[in-house]
Amino acid sequence: MSYELRVNGVEFEVAAPGMRRLLDVLREDLGLSGTKEGCGEGECGACTVLLDGEPVVSCLVPLCQADGHAVRTVEGLATAGPQGPVLSPLQAAFLEAGGAQCGICTPGMLMSAEAFLASGADPTEEAIREAIAGNLCRCTGYTKIVEAIELAALGRGADTAPGA
Amino acid sequence: MTITTRPGPATPVSPAAPSPVRLPRAGELARGHARGAPLRREGPAKLTGTALYADDLVFPGAWYGATLRSTEPHARLLGIERDADFDWSRVVVVTAEDIPGDNVVSLIIDDQPILVPVGGEIRHQAEPVALLAAADRDTLREAKARLRLRTEPLAPVFDPLVSSQVFAHFDMGKGDIAAGFAAADLVVEGTYRVGHTEQLYIENQAMIAVPREDGGMTVTGSLQCPYYVHKALKRALALDSERAVVIQAETGGGFGGKEEYPSLLAVHAALLAQRIGRPVRMIYGRHEDIAATTKRHPAIVTHRTGVTREGRIVAQEIDLVLDGGAYCTLSPVVLSRATIHAGGPYDVANVRITSRAVATNTPPNGAFRGFGAPQAEFAAEMQVNRVAEALGISPLELRRRNIYREGGVTPTQQVLRESVAAQEVLERAAEAAEFERIRERTARERAARTASARTARGIGLALGWHGAGFTGSGEERMGSVASVELTAEGAIRILAASTEMGQGTKTIFPQLVADELGVPYDAVEIAPQDTSIVPDSGPTVASRTAMVVGGLIIKAARRLRAQVEERTGRPFAESYLHDAQTWGGTREDERFEPYPGVHFDDETYTGDAYPAFGWACAVAEVEVDLDTGEVAVRSVVSADDVGRVIHPVLAEGQVEGGTLQAVGYATIEEIKLHDGRYLNDRLQTYLIPTAVDAPRIDAILVEAPFSGAPHGAKGVGELPMDVGAPAVVAAIHDATGVWIHDLPASPERILAALDGHEPPGPPGISA
Repeated sequence: MSYELRVNGVEFEVAAPGMRRLLDVLREDLGLSGTKEGCGEGECGACTVLLDGEPVVSCLVPLCQADGHAVRTVEGLATAGPQGPVLSPLQAAFLEAGGAQCGICTPGMLMSAEAFLASGADPTEEAIREAIAGNLCRCTGYTKIVEAIELAALGRGADTAPGA
Repeated sequence: MTITTRPGPATPVSPAAPSPVRLPRAGELARGHARGAPLRREGPAKLTGTALYADDLVFPGAWYGATLRSTEPHARLLGIERDADFDWSRVVVVTAEDIPGDNVVSLIIDDQPILVPVGGEIRHQAEPVALLAAADRDTLREAKARLRLRTEPLAPVFDPLVSSQVFAHFDMGKGDIAAGFAAADLVVEGTYRVGHTEQLYIENQAMIAVPREDGGMTVTGSLQCPYYVHKALKRALALDSERAVVIQAETGGGFGGKEEYPSLLAVHAALLAQRIGRPVRMIYGRHEDIAATTKRHPAIVTHRTGVTREGRIVAQEIDLVLDGGAYCTLSPVVLSRATIHAGGPYDVANVRITSRAVATNTPPNGAFRGFGAPQAEFAAEMQVNRVAEALGISPLELRRRNIYREGGVTPTQQVLRESVAAQEVLERAAEAAEFERIRERTARERAARTASARTARGIGLALGWHGAGFTGSGEERMGSVASVELTAEGAIRILAASTEMGQGTKTIFPQLVADELGVPYDAVEIAPQDTSIVPDSGPTVASRTAMVVGGLIIKAARRLRAQVEERTGRPFAESYLHDAQTWGGTREDERFEPYPGVHFDDETYTGDAYPAFGWACAVAEVEVDLDTGEVAVRSVVSADDVGRVIHPVLAEGQVEGGTLQAVGYATIEEIKLHDGRYLNDRLQTYLIPTAVDAPRIDAILVEAPFSGAPHGAKGVGELPMDVGAPAVVAAIHDATGVWIHDLPASPERILAALDGHEPPGPPGISA
């Protein structure tokens, strides 16, 4: 079978069994190894990607379910610049606040955070923690991740202010 | 773009260096620094998904490897039988007899085999017996199911208290213990137990072995200690140093769990790769990782404490037993740290501490952040809090009367000459958390509580210490080397085997060297952790990287600077490019020299057990659900003396992360066992705290520098792990009035204590 999906804005046609995990399609077939596997059973959130803007754990999504849909991964966050990729405000906030340590949960964490920011929800500490509750981090104690998302939310607010 | 791909062997993806990543421009949010300190060096790669962890590396033509394990806790291996109906030509199987070198993963003693030989003894449920490799995962899975072990069962031992096999034991103390108890007005006794816990790095263990053209082997993987793996590889494959090469891939967390196990996994991958003559990938799934790799040692600690009416502790008698599991691994060293820290940070005149690490038929236990100290200090702090209750003295005040100060003498007869910050961390944490004020409030709430109350709030405090770096003469024996070079091309490069696993090595090392040389942070490079490139700087463990290896590279940089300035007559920063062009490259290797005035006697086990100690205090606030026994940890204030803060954001990150691991240890993390096997060996059943479970953590960094290190740093990684759990359990007591003696303080244990029932079975013991 062949399936069509749009990944980070690029159309792909993937010939693979329909029950192949989206995670494996991304990592092995498309060479997008930024998305990580931590448990393979939907508990850790390391493989979180956005499917039509909604965070999903790609280890539990079969390829057939992504057919015809838009997938966004960590590779789709930074934008192209003349001298190479430019970090998104969310990525920059993680870098400055210390939200990434070992980095293995980071791609999934960023995608959950991106979905939260895009939702326009009020970025209270409680709401942020709830938004990333499905993404386990063993390094940070979450403090600096929450700070980073708050920081990015403030920046995003400024972007949409008049004149921005 | 449209591409058509097929599953199967992965499409080769070039593991080329990622292109440079830029921060957003001014006005696009970025400040370009982390509170005045440099940004994490490898941060952009991690944030864009271009950092390459072991499983992200593509080696064309690689096969997949798997491990066949025992399923019994104790047995004699009689044979390994292959199903005759299976086509074995598509698979390679390696057993003990195929090992070219010694069949041993050596750490301290040579007891653990790489693979159990036929006729040999199986000593735990997850013991590797045979290795398999195939070109695809399906064939591999099928082949593994077609191998059978023939065994003869032997009687297992699960209870460390009845085990007769002792890996190590200690008996240390000072003063006159009988006289101490004679002088006491009150004697308090208690036994505390903790079970196995899992490091739970989010990246599972992973190794890829690639045969070399020179007949040797290159292994790339997730690891903390390149030279431990190097040593194991050389011995197992009978290779010389040059033909065994170990490279660290980006590593997704370690916490001690990637100190020793990577040696075994690397050898497994290498044996298969050598046999097939092509790369072999061994990437564990979560289930295998939890089932087979090392855990924190369970411990049983018994205290007897004599105290005067005025609150002066005059006698401590402590017995500590660690369950080492089936093989020795690092247990003697874990035991020594546990023993030395067992009394807590208190200057007691009369002390006797006995301890032993014993064997059981469970998978070997090993390094996990704190390395024996969290177990020992949980018991010590429980005991001190119970003494405070028995005396009717505030836990804060009781500590003030007993803590180490400069000139204090430890149980190894170490005189604490400098850098003693017990009081400072105690006062800073207590003040920031408003300990006494909130304690008065929770006492009033407790007194006014009626039977219809549904929740109870409490506050608790714990104090701890953590010996900086290796115990005793470990550092001297290791003789670590680290280097700084000015290349002929004018690059400044650090050469050290210290690994980055999230804690910040790749950021703080260039910081230290840049400061010493007076050049910008970005001008200093760090060489890859590849044994063919960097010297043996020792393992990345024991919170030693910033203090010990950081000290070495500062000294190397200092010598480099002096050389260049002598040749050019100008400041280094202005002249090093010219110096390199004129004179070519200069490399300064710095070997560890014992710190001035620090001596330890291995024979009598007395003297300076550590060059210095770090000090920490945690104050936790909890809310206990009186119906369900569930604990919500609301906040933790942790004050940690790290000697000198090199990077505030990274150091705070260590304190916050260590504190949450301690909260998990206190409340939810527990491996349950049946017949010597871990029952909750997956992430659905072994729980760690989520962002919603995590308290607000307030890290306070305290600086009491150690004069022996050129920069004063004492390390930060393990310190916060020592104090979080006893603070949380003290807070549960403050809320409910019951003491939970065993970790974790699970709802089952709390409800049993509230109802006056027998608690569920002790942690760490197989049913």
